[in-house]
Amino acid sequence: MSTTLLRSRKRPGRGTPPPRTARARKAVLGLDRDAWFLLLPALLPILILSVGPLLYGLSLAFTDSQAGRTEPTQWIGLDNFQDLRFDSLFWDSFRIGIVWAVSVTAIQFVLALGLALLLNQNLRFRWLARTLALVPWAMPEVVIGIMWRLVYHQDAGILNATLRDLHLISENVNWLSSLSMALPAVIVVGVWAGMPQTTVVLLAGLQNVPHELHEAAALDGAGLWRRFRTVTWPALKPVVLAITALNFIWNFNSFGLVYVLTQGGPGGETRLPSLFAYEEAFRYGQFGYAAAMGLVMIAVVAVLLTIFLRNRLKEDDQ
Amino acid sequence: MTSQPLKPQSAKPQPADTKRPRYRRSPRHRLGRAGQYLALICYLVFLAFPLFWLISTAFKAPQELGSVDPSWLPQHPSLDNFRDAFDQQPLLRSALNSLIVAVTAAAISVLIAVPAAYAMVRYRSPVSKAATGWILVSQMFPFVLVIIPLFLVLKNLELINSLFGLILVYVVWNLPFALWMLQGYVRAVPRSLEEAAAIDGCSRFRTLVSVVFPLLTPGLVATVMFSFVTAWNEFFFALVLLKSPEKQTMSVILTHFLGAEGAADLGPLAAAAVLATLPSLVFFALLQRRLVSGMVSGAVKG
Repeated sequence: MSTTLLRSRKRPGRGTPPPRTARARKAVLGLDRDAWFLLLPALLPILILSVGPLLYGLSLAFTDSQAGRTEPTQWIGLDNFQDLRFDSLFWDSFRIGIVWAVSVTAIQFVLALGLALLLNQNLRFRWLARTLALVPWAMPEVVIGIMWRLVYHQDAGILNATLRDLHLISENVNWLSSLSMALPAVIVVGVWAGMPQTTVVLLAGLQNVPHELHEAAALDGAGLWRRFRTVTWPALKPVVLAITALNFIWNFNSFGLVYVLTQGGPGGETRLPSLFAYEEAFRYGQFGYAAAMGLVMIAVVAVLLTIFLRNRLKEDDQ
Repeated sequence: MTSQPLKPQSAKPQPADTKRPRYRRSPRHRLGRAGQYLALICYLVFLAFPLFWLISTAFKAPQELGSVDPSWLPQHPSLDNFRDAFDQQPLLRSALNSLIVAVTAAAISVLIAVPAAYAMVRYRSPVSKAATGWILVSQMFPFVLVIIPLFLVLKNLELINSLFGLILVYVVWNLPFALWMLQGYVRAVPRSLEEAAAIDGCSRFRTLVSVVFPLLTPGLVATVMFSFVTAWNEFFFALVLLKSPEKQTMSVILTHFLGAEGAADLGPLAAAAVLATLPSLVFFALLQRRLVSGMVSGAVKG
């Protein structure tokens, strides 16, 4: 009893347990029986179906696990990674994945920031833009993919029809099957699909920028650009870092959109690493090898993020 | 901070009042406004035209879709495409499957997330910290690394090609976001209310059930709806885990309309896509306000 009292006195504020009954409770890891009772229904599924499988998946990368094989799976150490080193198809897909993730994230950010700044102004039809900006969020990935396939369609698509009417093209372009146009076309869809989250988050960040500072800067004669750079940007920066990093991860791992749009074609020109690994695992049944790809993907994302975040944080110090 | 001395707080309304008329009238400002509207229109076009095209295609008559010079609006609006969509694929069955999976998964995940979110906020413990950390880390993992082991585990449990197996996966898949959102709402419940209930002689669980949970209702509704939309829209896990057409959910069935390369029947494809979007769109419209404010409070206080 006395120990629990002492502990609760040591940690005031939000960490203090709620009022206790007179019964002394035994605490394990800072949680008494009631707390465990509340936590376990969520913790168990997470442990069994999230933590467990992930560790299992990581370990699979070091085995020769295959689908539908009768002989037992064996540890093969780093053999999968040795093979990966010389798998030029995988590295091609990796390069495409980086190009895709970087361009989608960057364009998404610029467009979303512009839209968020506009929506933060007192403009008419703002409600319409706000509503429309949220619609892609509610749509299933598959539907977004199908919708853009209709837009890009060679003969019946609205894009070719419009460009022809504007005399920008003389012949219908087959956007999703052309070697040079497929990746840019898919990137546009990625930007469209991911803009809502980014816009909403940036808008929320903008609304936290202190209004008085803006007025003060305006009184001091700072122009629009100057005010953005000295007042808005510093306040927005943490939000920008967080959402850009998350967007990059999500985009790099994205699957459904491109699967529906091109299935990785033409000629592997839009085959993102996740599509490649999916085929390896569920078309060819190479579970171990595909898991090794997943591991490499995590490693590269982690390294890129560290570089990105460290550079940004350094800029902050200056 | 540095500009504070320039602007005494007591004079706050005055400079704003004197400044405004002059600010509004300046031609440069007007030009800026025009530019802003122009930009807004560009955004609206970019955001709206694919949607518009999808809906327009869904209502076009089949012979119109074959034309080489597509028109913006359907010349003879018809519902034929919707009828064909139901004829070509087991759309109704798949909608029912999606509904079962999404409703059950949303209900279960929120049911177990509420007490956990409460415990994670009110008790400072290494377990809560680890769970929060895991929520963040799990966002980083590529799906492939998650799905291969899950596939093997579910296969051993004979839960492949079963809606129950998919529900289990979605519950865990929804949990991180549900926990994160609900924590924001739990923090907003004043501690003093719980203390008052305890003084009145409420037991801990009585306090939770009759004081805390009712106050969480708005957050609960938002989280349930969001979980539903996530599960309804999900594609990858359903693609891998469900094999037979009568078990598949709507996202997976939709891809059957695509057929072989370029051979898609555009009308029914568009019609089915519109139908598949409706439920999440309705929920999202109801949810819009709450979701934004919920995310903000989670982000600010988290």
